[in-house]
Amino acid sequence: MSAADASTLRLALVGNPNCGKTALFNQLTGSRQKVANYAGVTVERKEGRLHSAASGRQYAVLDLPGAYSLHAASLDEAVTRDVCRGFYPGETAPDVLVCVVDATNLRLHLRFALEVRELGKPMILAVNMMDAAQRRGIVIDLAALERELGVPVVETVAVKHNGARALIEQIDRTAAHPHAPTARLAEGADLHAETRRLLSLAVSMPTRTAKVDDALDRWLLHPVFGLLALAVVMFLIFQAVYAWATPLMDLIEAGTGALGEWAGGVLPEGPLNSLLVEGIIAGLGGVIVFLPQILILFAFILALEESGYLPRAAFLLDRMMASAGLSGRSFIPLLSSFACAIPGIMATRSIQDPRDRLATILVAPLMTCSARLPVYALLIGAFIPQKTVWGIFNQQGLVLFGLYAAGILSALIVSWVMKKWRRDKSEHALLLELPSYRIPHPRDLLIGLWERAMIFLKRVGGIILALTILLWFLLNFPAPPPDAVGPALDYSFAGRIGHAMAVFFSPLGFNWQICIALIPGLAAREVAVSSLATIYALSAADDDAAIQALTPVISDGWSLATALSLLVWFIYAPMCISTLATIKRETGSWKQMGFATFYLFALAYLASLVTYQVASALGAG
Amino acid sequence: MILTELPSRTPAIVDTVEDHGPQDSIARRLRELGFVNGEEVELVAKGPLGAEPLLVQVGFTRFALRRSEAARIRLRNGASE
Repeated sequence: MSAADASTLRLALVGNPNCGKTALFNQLTGSRQKVANYAGVTVERKEGRLHSAASGRQYAVLDLPGAYSLHAASLDEAVTRDVCRGFYPGETAPDVLVCVVDATNLRLHLRFALEVRELGKPMILAVNMMDAAQRRGIVIDLAALERELGVPVVETVAVKHNGARALIEQIDRTAAHPHAPTARLAEGADLHAETRRLLSLAVSMPTRTAKVDDALDRWLLHPVFGLLALAVVMFLIFQAVYAWATPLMDLIEAGTGALGEWAGGVLPEGPLNSLLVEGIIAGLGGVIVFLPQILILFAFILALEESGYLPRAAFLLDRMMASAGLSGRSFIPLLSSFACAIPGIMATRSIQDPRDRLATILVAPLMTCSARLPVYALLIGAFIPQKTVWGIFNQQGLVLFGLYAAGILSALIVSWVMKKWRRDKSEHALLLELPSYRIPHPRDLLIGLWERAMIFLKRVGGIILALTILLWFLLNFPAPPPDAVGPALDYSFAGRIGHAMAVFFSPLGFNWQICIALIPGLAAREVAVSSLATIYALSAADDDAAIQALTPVISDGWSLATALSLLVWFIYAPMCISTLATIKRETGSWKQMGFATFYLFALAYLASLVTYQVASALGAG
Repeated sequence: MILTELPSRTPAIVDTVEDHGPQDSIARRLRELGFVNGEEVELVAKGPLGAEPLLVQVGFTRFALRRSEAARIRLRNGASE
């Protein structure tokens, strides 16, 4: 331990998945949390500060990834094992281990607690969810448990105000006199036998399962009603993402518009004005506008995760996804990828089988992320007539649905082909726990959402800001010679790049303006729209008119075939550097990243080529 | 009898988990999750397609297991005790 934190005792929370550890962590540390990654791997590292009001002491609290065993079967479990043992490079060994167990699931969780006790470190056992246990008539003799285990045992209710008071008091006592567990297992003793002995001594359990779980599972896992319920849930989420977000998005758009106008009026004409208004405010505004959609989607995903429903969805879909070379566990990451592929790819850490994990990572970019939505919205609005088909469907909505469906279908086909390619006949494990249903706690949802919002905004402030400025520079320099004819844009770096790229992309029907917009789209797909706006604004005679209305400009300037081709391009386009960087980080392999880039690019090029040529031949050119 | 042959909602007792091949990490994990001799198990539900995966109650916990995983779990004869 370094001298600087010698005074701060380090606690680590360990426990099985679904033991309510993170809720307890939130209860202990409140908003005083720092989320990062462990050095060298992408396992999320959460650290917070606990201030004990009674003793005035400060503690550093580490929330370790959930583990079933210290015999690690996944990256997460390996991190937990190494940190607990104090072997993790760059990580100070924790002084006290707080092992969290679910009072309603002691058969499984106590075995792990015994494994943790064998590490011989000062330890506190927190028996969590005591409220749920009481409701089910489970009686736990904490004193007997403490005596038999030889470690302090306290009860906690992570979701109740002050529900961790007993734990904090015990932490203060342990901090004052830390000591190793007084009991140990005999050499060669069986953890399961010891667990059963503890259960028979200290726990009385009227039923093995909760009535609510039985009743809900009967319906939600039913072959027909279960799938129906899943379809309804998915439909509701997408409705909410599009319907509820609109007013907020309008508000943000109006806000950035007003800000741009104000800044444009206050600053004198010149490069600085142009950079700020056309570059930074328009560029970043065009991205921040997606924050409401991303937050709504994540609110649903977090709530479903907390409630215990997501593993049920994985159960229902496992067979289907397995035949396409994925796994039921892929469902959660792929669902997250509809918001953004980056958290989706990061969520693949919960897939234990490395092959399933890789397949999921490689197809996650095919899920239509929210960044593609503005591109779709712009093109559909400009080219697809607003009319009702088959009596009830909105034609524009149908096209949008078709684009989403094309992404999902492509993902299934790609993963199926990869499975055949590998000729992998070996077994992939599922082994998925279906935890008890729980009502999500608002505090935990808010903390989760806050983290997502910060990740997104940091991205906007970092890479997207930098690229917006770079694009503005490329679009405005060098200035045209005095005797120039035609728009100034033709003479800029971006104009030259666009013309050069257009040679390669003209078979897809892309003009040079589109080609330029593809470049900043590499940073973030959504920037493609603001780039088009900037490009056409700078190349048009009347700037204001073009910024106000990109739709008429492109619907006059482009053919339907070009629009369709560009729509198809965005189903596949690997044009998101952050996603590729995440793939590199998560797979630790340049080869896999290169493969993802190549196959997405090849699919995008081929599909757009076919779309444009067929549409042109049919007279849409 | 192996777990995949067990009728739904019929309690049975685990005899052993068999390794399929050397270093069978799936078998080891099954044992860690509580599939050990003497433990009561029950088939709670089956997936909608091809009755895959299986939802298995062991101890106080429910796990989704694919058939190939469940096939490692041998039950005591005479179903329940």
